[in-house]
Amino acid sequence: MQKHQYEVVVVGAGGAGLTAALYASKTASTAVISKLYPTRSHTGAAQGGIGAALGNTEEDHPEWHAFDTVKGSDYLGDQEAIDFMAAEAVDAVYELEHMGLPFSRNPDGTIAQRPFGGHTNNETGKPVRRACYAADRTGHMILQTLFQQSIKNKVTFFDEFYVLDILIVDGKTAGVVALELATGEMHIFHSKTVIIATGGHGRVWEITSNAYSYTGDGIALTLRKGIPAEDMEFFQFHPTGIYRMGILITEGVRGEGGVLTNGEGDRFMEQYAPTVKDLASRDVISRAMYLEMKDGRGIDGKRYLNLDVTPDVVNHYAEIDGRKNPDGSPYRVTASDILNKLPDIIDFCETYIGVNPISDPMPVQPTAHYAMGGIPTNKFGEVVVDEKNTVLPGLYAAGEVACVSVHGANRLGTNALLDLIVFGKYSGLKAAEYSANEPYIDLPKDPTAYALQQLDGIRKSNGQERMIDIAAEMKEVMFDHVGVFRVEEGMQEAVDKIRELKGRFKEIRVDDKGLKYNMNLIEAWELSNLIDIAEVTAVSALARKESRGAHSRDDYTERDDKNWLKHTLAWMEKDGVRLAYKPVQITKYQPKARKY
Amino acid sequence: MQVTLKIFRYNPEDNLKKHYDTFTLEADPTDRILDLLERIKGTEDGTLGFRRACAHGVCGSDAIRINGVNRLACKVLVQDLKSRNVTIEPILGLPIEKDLIVDMEPFFDHYRSVMPYFVNDDPPPKKERLQSPEERERFDDTTKCILCAACSTSCPSFWVNEEYVGPAAIVNAHRFIFDSRDQAAAERLEILNEQFGVYRCHTIFNCTDACPRDIQVTQAIGEVKKAIVDGRLD
Repeated sequence: MQKHQYEVVVVGAGGAGLTAALYASKTASTAVISKLYPTRSHTGAAQGGIGAALGNTEEDHPEWHAFDTVKGSDYLGDQEAIDFMAAEAVDAVYELEHMGLPFSRNPDGTIAQRPFGGHTNNETGKPVRRACYAADRTGHMILQTLFQQSIKNKVTFFDEFYVLDILIVDGKTAGVVALELATGEMHIFHSKTVIIATGGHGRVWEITSNAYSYTGDGIALTLRKGIPAEDMEFFQFHPTGIYRMGILITEGVRGEGGVLTNGEGDRFMEQYAPTVKDLASRDVISRAMYLEMKDGRGIDGKRYLNLDVTPDVVNHYAEIDGRKNPDGSPYRVTASDILNKLPDIIDFCETYIGVNPISDPMPVQPTAHYAMGGIPTNKFGEVVVDEKNTVLPGLYAAGEVACVSVHGANRLGTNALLDLIVFGKYSGLKAAEYSANEPYIDLPKDPTAYALQQLDGIRKSNGQERMIDIAAEMKEVMFDHVGVFRVEEGMQEAVDKIRELKGRFKEIRVDDKGLKYNMNLIEAWELSNLIDIAEVTAVSALARKESRGAHSRDDYTERDDKNWLKHTLAWMEKDGVRLAYKPVQITKYQPKARKY
Repeated sequence: MQVTLKIFRYNPEDNLKKHYDTFTLEADPTDRILDLLERIKGTEDGTLGFRRACAHGVCGSDAIRINGVNRLACKVLVQDLKSRNVTIEPILGLPIEKDLIVDMEPFFDHYRSVMPYFVNDDPPPKKERLQSPEERERFDDTTKCILCAACSTSCPSFWVNEEYVGPAAIVNAHRFIFDSRDQAAAERLEILNEQFGVYRCHTIFNCTDACPRDIQVTQAIGEVKKAIVDGRLD
């Protein structure tokens, strides 16, 4: 067993973790612990852009960005935090550029921006170019740039270390316990602060755009420590995942003029969102797709639709929409424009489904994509643990794992990358500030006891259940019943099923009994995380008797502000999940009907 | 269809020597090799060691040798292979830790040695630094690198001499050398002009063939060589 001491420990090395580390390490001793090499993090899979009202090609304002985000959240986002994020966005993007991020450029040399779902000119209601992009690999460029700067600034990394426990002593943060994957050795990190930046948990669902590594590690750790998870019923299904595989096809495709069509060849979004059509927010589009397929208008009657970005189709609908370039000329694209702006999308489609998007439409279906819910924090990334937003000293969370809440019931595209940078930065600054003023808390007497007890339970497990079966059953029931559309009976079935799986998990078989790179053991631990998260998600969803954002019910079809304009808090307790609620912070924008 | 995978095995914790295990399984033509590895691990042998994360070719975790050539396990489908007999081995030139997992540290050491980060010591403007689309295009290709090591570990010069920085490091130096906003090109060129720098490249093109991001690696190395010889950037 090895012991380390750092004032700030960051868990996770994606966009939020690296940003937090860059800021914290300016003034505090800082270590980043990550189960993956940093550049493997899922931030790198983000494609379309990072939202900021730079106004490089047309009028735009942070206030418009804030309002669009509130509306996109179906009024469940906390408005002070949203104002803060939208205002910080502009400098956040300039700062990334100053770190060398190779954004695509406009002819005048400024950062290029494209339209994205739900981002509008607040006066006309039409789409606005707000998404700052680097071709269709914006997340890749953000991750690489932050990693490069971490090397330049000599940030300390513990790569391929898996955190098993957060140490909390007398209500204050004292460090983490981690397993070194290469050796199987335990490490204790004694710290003043911990910043959790472990990303999301899309692997709960069958069809997902998320990496294998997206197993909700951070939320599972805090749930086991008696910290609630917020708004877990709100999980975003991105409208355009590759059929059956779930691989993300960026909303940037529609930003560049692509349209969704059904089995009858109709551009159906005209019916559902007459003003912005294919650039409505994701919940609206995924729901429309579900309805189209349910009514038999999938392609060849199957459970997918077409996403068409072939130049003829783009130009046809651009003419109908009267879409203009920034200089006022009619918007038209050529095959080479599409190739230059969406090279990775074309590569994915050719590699995995043998389709060239320049000549043929892409088969797509909604894919589990992003957790709006997570560990509750305030706008400085401080973790808050109850209905009164009481801060747990020394503990922070940022990025997809956190719920600030700036995304409410539905996140707008481009706001995830923004969230990473803004709240990564402030959690890093706050953790460093706390470290400057507070002492180390003494470690508990036997710091690894709790982690080892759980780990040994899994390691020694020698039952007959196969992990692959338990995972498949969980993913299926969650996709079918806690997915794009939900009803009481289905969600109850999911809750019952997850509880059954929780019991069966105790009888799993772990083949690998070794220490060195025991990925079998880690995967079992990750599966236990996913099961806990599935349970909390299904129970939170079952209780919310309304439709709001990504939580869409066939049996309660309307938003109910009178009873449900509130955040869910879910605690994992011995006899199940306990729920409570806290108010939404509303400042400038009173809830109103949502039309696109 | 049935596919047979012959997989390299090594675990320093057991007493077995390096060997191959063979698994035969049902596969769809559109299955990724990674899908098959996952299935073997889930149903036949949970001890099989390999890395993976995104499963669609953007994170760089799962570079392996498939029938003797470096590929990402998530970017090769069963239907892409000529044979239904598939040999799976770890990438060459890095120490093997367990099964298909290699020690990546020597690779990242080389990467870190070429100043793979943006340098511009002028005070930044209030807004973005301007860069024309043409200037941005100049280094576009090398921004795609995902640090999977498929290129470096396909390079005979790298196999022969572990001190050679390797194609991936040069690609990442190229990305900054040709960025109009960067100020440290001269220092990077000096590093790459050293004994174990660009001149170890003998234009064998394995790297370019191995790159899962279709980066023109050999061309990038050539451009760096030219910049060293000419003493200027074109």
